[in-house]
This record gives sequence, C-alpha cells and structure tokens, in this order.
Amino acid sequence: MSETTAAGKRLVTIDSLAMNFGPQHPAAHGVLRLILEMDGEVVERADPHIGLLHRGTEKLIEHKTYIQAVPYFDRLDYVSPMCCEHAFALAVEKLAGIEVPERGKWIRTLFAEITRVLNHLLNITSYMMDVGAITPILWGFEEREKLLEFHEAASGARFHANYFRPGGVSKDLPAGLADRIADWAQSFPKFIDELEELLTANRIWKQRTVDIGVIGAEDALAWGFSGPCLRASGVPWDLRRAQPYDMYGSVEFSIPVGRNGDCYDRYLVRMGEMRESVKIIKQCLANMRPGPIKVQDRKFTPPTRAEMKHSMEALIHHFKLYTEGFHVPAGATYTVVEAPKGEFGVYLVADGTNRPYRCKIRPTGFAFLQAIEVLGRRHMLADVVAIIGSLDVVFGEIDR
Amino acid sequence: MADFFLHTIVGLIILTFLKALALIVPLLILVAYLTYAERKVLAAVQLRKGPNVVGWFGLLQPFADALKMIFKETIIPAGANRVLFVLAPMITFGLAILAWAVIPVNDGWGIADINVGILYLFAISSLGVYGIIIAGWASNSKYAFLGALRSAAQMVSYEVSMGFVMVSVLLCVGSLNLNDIVLAQRNIWFFIPLFPMFIVFFVSTLAETNRSPFDLPEGESEIVAGFFVEYSAMAFALFYLGEYANMILMSALTTILFLGGWLGPFGWTWLPGPIWFILKILFCLFVFLWVRATFPRYRYDQLMRLGWKVFLPASLGWLVLTAGVLLATGWVPHVSS
Repeated sequence: MSETTAAGKRLVTIDSLAMNFGPQHPAAHGVLRLILEMDGEVVERADPHIGLLHRGTEKLIEHKTYIQAVPYFDRLDYVSPMCCEHAFALAVEKLAGIEVPERGKWIRTLFAEITRVLNHLLNITSYMMDVGAITPILWGFEEREKLLEFHEAASGARFHANYFRPGGVSKDLPAGLADRIADWAQSFPKFIDELEELLTANRIWKQRTVDIGVIGAEDALAWGFSGPCLRASGVPWDLRRAQPYDMYGSVEFSIPVGRNGDCYDRYLVRMGEMRESVKIIKQCLANMRPGPIKVQDRKFTPPTRAEMKHSMEALIHHFKLYTEGFHVPAGATYTVVEAPKGEFGVYLVADGTNRPYRCKIRPTGFAFLQAIEVLGRRHMLADVVAIIGSLDVVFGEIDR
Repeated sequence: MADFFLHTIVGLIILTFLKALALIVPLLILVAYLTYAERKVLAAVQLRKGPNVVGWFGLLQPFADALKMIFKETIIPAGANRVLFVLAPMITFGLAILAWAVIPVNDGWGIADINVGILYLFAISSLGVYGIIIAGWASNSKYAFLGALRSAAQMVSYEVSMGFVMVSVLLCVGSLNLNDIVLAQRNIWFFIPLFPMFIVFFVSTLAETNRSPFDLPEGESEIVAGFFVEYSAMAFALFYLGEYANMILMSALTTILFLGGWLGPFGWTWLPGPIWFILKILFCLFVFLWVRATFPRYRYDQLMRLGWKVFLPASLGWLVLTAGVLLATGWVPHVSS
C-alpha cells in the first residue's frame, strides 16, 4: 500500500505477513486453524479459529437418555475418553442421589489414572515431535498400546470405551487383568526414565522450551487455566486433592508443581504426573476387594442376563432401562473432574424426565486455546508450534 | 588404444564421459540405498521394522519409491513461475552431482585432478543455495518462501565457518588439491590434531545439507516441508535425491579433510583404497542418521547464533592457533609451486 503525502513523499506501509496455520498442518493437533500475523519469523498476532470439528454434542445429548449420552463423552477428548465419561457419570449420580459401590469406585479411579498416563504419553511425545525429536513418539506408542489393551480388556473398545456408567462401570475387570496392569506398573517408571534421559537435560530441547510461552500464576488463573498447565505456573491446584471424588480421597500421591510456567515446566509437570499416576494405580490394585461394581438398584442398573431368563421383574427392568432409560429428579449440578488436561466439567440440568434438559460441557482445552494469543506474541513461528504442543489442546472437546 | 584415449580430444571426452559414468552410477545407487538405510536406521532407533515388504528385507523399496515418483503427475501451482519452478530442482540435483568431479576415490582417481579442488567444491556447494531460493520464490507460497529464506540464511552463515575450518586444514597441507590433502594424512589423520575443527566441520555439514537438527528449511512441524512444499512427482524426487547426494558429498569431504580419504587406519592396506573411502563415508552417513533420530530441532535464531557466535570465533581462533603452532615449530609444509 502506498499513498502520496502533501509533501510529495510516498508513504509505504508494509502489511505483516498473514499466514494460515492449519487446519491441514502437521503441528495443528487435529483441526486447529491459526491466523498468524507475522513480521518475518516473529509472530505479531495469533488468532485461533474454532468450530471445524463441531458436532453439536451438547444438543444431541438433550435428545438422548442418560445412558445413551455416555458414548458422546468418549468422543469429546478422544485422547482421554474415560475421564470425560467420569465427569458425566459423577454428575448423573449426584442428581440421582446414588452411591457407587466401593469396587466400582476403585475401578474408576484405576482407569482414570490409566487414561491420564495414556493422555500424557501422547501429548508429551507428540510435543517432542513438534519440536523436532522424532523418536519418542514411537516409543510412546509402544507403551500406549499396552494401556489401550487394558482398555480393550475391560470395556471391549480401545478408545471409545463407554465404560464408566452412571452408577458404576459397565463390567467387572476380566480375570487376570489386575495382574497384567500390576506388571505394567512395575516396568513403566523405567520407560519414563528412558524418555527423560533422551530429552530432559538435552541442550537443544531446553533451548527450545525454557522461557518459551511463559504465563505467570495470576495470568494463568485469569485465563481460566487448569490442570498441568496451571500447575506449571506454580499453583498447586488439583481437583483430585481439592475436592476428592471416587477413591482419590484414600490414595496417596503428590502433585508436581512447576515454577516458571514455560513450555519446559509444562513438560516436567506432565512427566511427574505420570510417575504419580503409577503410584495411584498400584494403590488401586492393592486396595481393590471383590464386590459389586455398580449400584445395586434395579431402577438404574440392568439385571444380569441369567436373572432375566427366569424373572419377569428383571425382564421388565431390562426392557424399561434400555428403551425409556431411568428418570433423574429435577435439579442442576456442575460436576468437575481432574481430567488429564485439567478441569473437565459438566453442567447438567435435569427436569425429571429420562433426558437431560441441558448439558453444558466445560472443555479444558478451550481456555488454553484462547491464551495462545498472549503466550505466542512476539515469539517465533517455531515457538508457537512448541507452545501448542505444550498446551495439549484436543479439538474433540474444544469444538464439541 | 591408450594413445587414442589419452592424446586425442575425442578420446579424452569419451574417457571423461566413461569416468563420470563410473562415478555417477554407483553414486545414484548409493543415494537410493541411503534413503533405504535412513529408514532402516530410524526404524531401529524407534523400535520398528522399517521397510520390509518390497523385496528381501525391503531391499527393493528405493526402486518402488522411484517408480512411484516417476508415474505421479507433476503439479505446477497456478501462481508459480513455471520456468523457475521447474528449473530449481534441476539446479539442486545438478549441482549435487557436479561437485563429485573433483572427489578422489583413490590415489589419483578423481575425474578432474585440479589444483583448486577444494575451492571448486566450496563454490559448487555455495551455489546449491540457489536451487532452494529459486524453489521457494517460484512456488509463490508463504511456507515455501519462509523455508527458502531460512535456508539462504543458514547456508550462508555456516559456509563462513566451514571456510575457516578448511583453511586450517589447508595450512597443514600446503595445497588446495584434494589428492594432496589425503596424501598429507599418511602419518596422522587430521581429525586428531584438529579435533575441535573436525567437530565444527561435521556440525556445519549437518547445517549445510539442511539435515536434522538443522532441518529448518523443511521443518515439517513448522513450515510443513518448507521450500519444496509445492513440489510433486519427479521434481520433488530431484530435491530429495539432491539432498541425499549432498549428504554423501559432505561425508566424502569430511572423509577427505579429516579421516584420511582412501588411506586405511594404522597404515593397513589389506583392503583397497576405494573400499576404505566408502566405509568412512558410510560411517559419516550413519552419524547423520543417528543425529536425526536423537535430537530435537534448533530454532532459527538459535541456529544463527550457533553459527556466528560460536562456530565462527572458534574456527577463526583455531585457525590463528594452527598458523601460530606451524610457524613456531617450523612445521609449515613445503609449498610446491
């Protein structure tokens, strides 16, 4: 653009380079679309766009019975499906006033932690790949495969488990699974050590992540951060500790906290959390006792197949549960869990029928995504990639 | 017959042509199998199998890839400058092959045994950046353009320190002829007395060939594929071949300057010279791949800082030191006119 001033001199204004980062970009983690206004390699402004993965989950849930709504939660944060189900299950239980039997709680705690490891493994290693280290992601997939097999053994599905149900879990653990998980928990810390050996003290890795995308404790709170991203900024806030749900009140674990709130601290916090998760998994396995895995109220839990064969009552219950579903008394709740990415919440309004009146989902990544603008300003293009990796955004939950 | 080849113009041309063929054909086969080796080495580090379906142990994979590339459609973007867009990969590949003219595979086996061999190499490898800049500019794409800018800055800054490293080698040799440089290492390979320079040189070759951890021009997670993001089919393959030919060239150069070229270690001669030469090149190439599997990528400004603030002073300082030591001890090589 040029124009001529009164003095006859030409004024030249140079537009910054606008770059369309995504949605088809290898570092966009799904369908992130960033409009970057750049001055050479330096990012002046980063404008994240949402909505490319919008599926209308919340509205769809309004038209489904409570049990039919559960699988939608698997598809929100598809990297940590069971933790999303967890929030919904807890919300329904709270409104319906039902108490899950102890074994059900232990299993849920166990799988919530397995899911946490699953999520952090994928996040950390793909973050490393974004920064240019191509090996860890394939190592990580090896471990993830083992964890997904646990998912499959328990629920029948690797990703979209539909395992945590209002009132407990869908099935008990198959025979031998607890031992296999225990074996894995024994060997996994060694794997974390190897991963750390590769990068934690690596000079290039530190150059690329230390002091990149810094956010202080106050800013992080103001932007609505939660989970590892908030703890990396030095706020020891963890919902598992602050308002324990299921069996988190009776397991011992520590909360890794960072100091600087940069990309490196977010990486370290997640590494630490994986180690803590292994501790929790071991405690869950040690404390689990045989018993019922879902609430023993036939108005919520379908009877066994065997029972249905000779009890008319059981057959009616089964029929009603799988057609009409159960009714939840009118009320509203905002229930949160500490999902691997942070605070994942469900605001559930029930009107006494068999369907939710409204189900508002609080995604974790949304808050991180809107902060990309402040985190990435005046950083270089390569840093924006590192920042996106360290924030752990997944579009299934952001776009819903 | 020997008279015809050595003393007539036509004979000389035919002879040179045959020599070039004898060099280029094995070179291209090596390039093809370098892509295979890269995938196998990366796979080994990453606990995978790598290519194992096409042929025994996947040994025909490079040919399958080449066939695929040849039969794909060459897409030229609407906004691109057609002539330059097509020219760029040719330049890159052509220069990568051209540089081999002076590389001596054995004593006196170079196609052109010229006295300014190393200057010729330096000139050709400096020209290599043009292929990349032209590709980035002619594509008319922002990603490609950023990649081209990065690569231009990178190659220019690393050539400076590479130049100083070469000068300190030349000081010890007293000749610019690559043959003489190797022969000067009969007693001791230069990587021992000039060890810091060996490291600087090897890291610079990584940067010069745009290989990890300096693969910024193509950084796939940042600017997708950088300067060749718009290329497809054979044009893309030429960039690819050029990159790998350059890797082999730089390994050969490292071998000649520091690892004693075709000379066997400890004066061993139980393997012929060219075999030693190839073994040393393969070792350097393995390190290339090993580094790629292990390290994250540098950022643009960090790369420039490393080049200008670390390598340049270090190589310059070492150059002065080398010159001082040579002068003080009277080891300055006798310069034959």
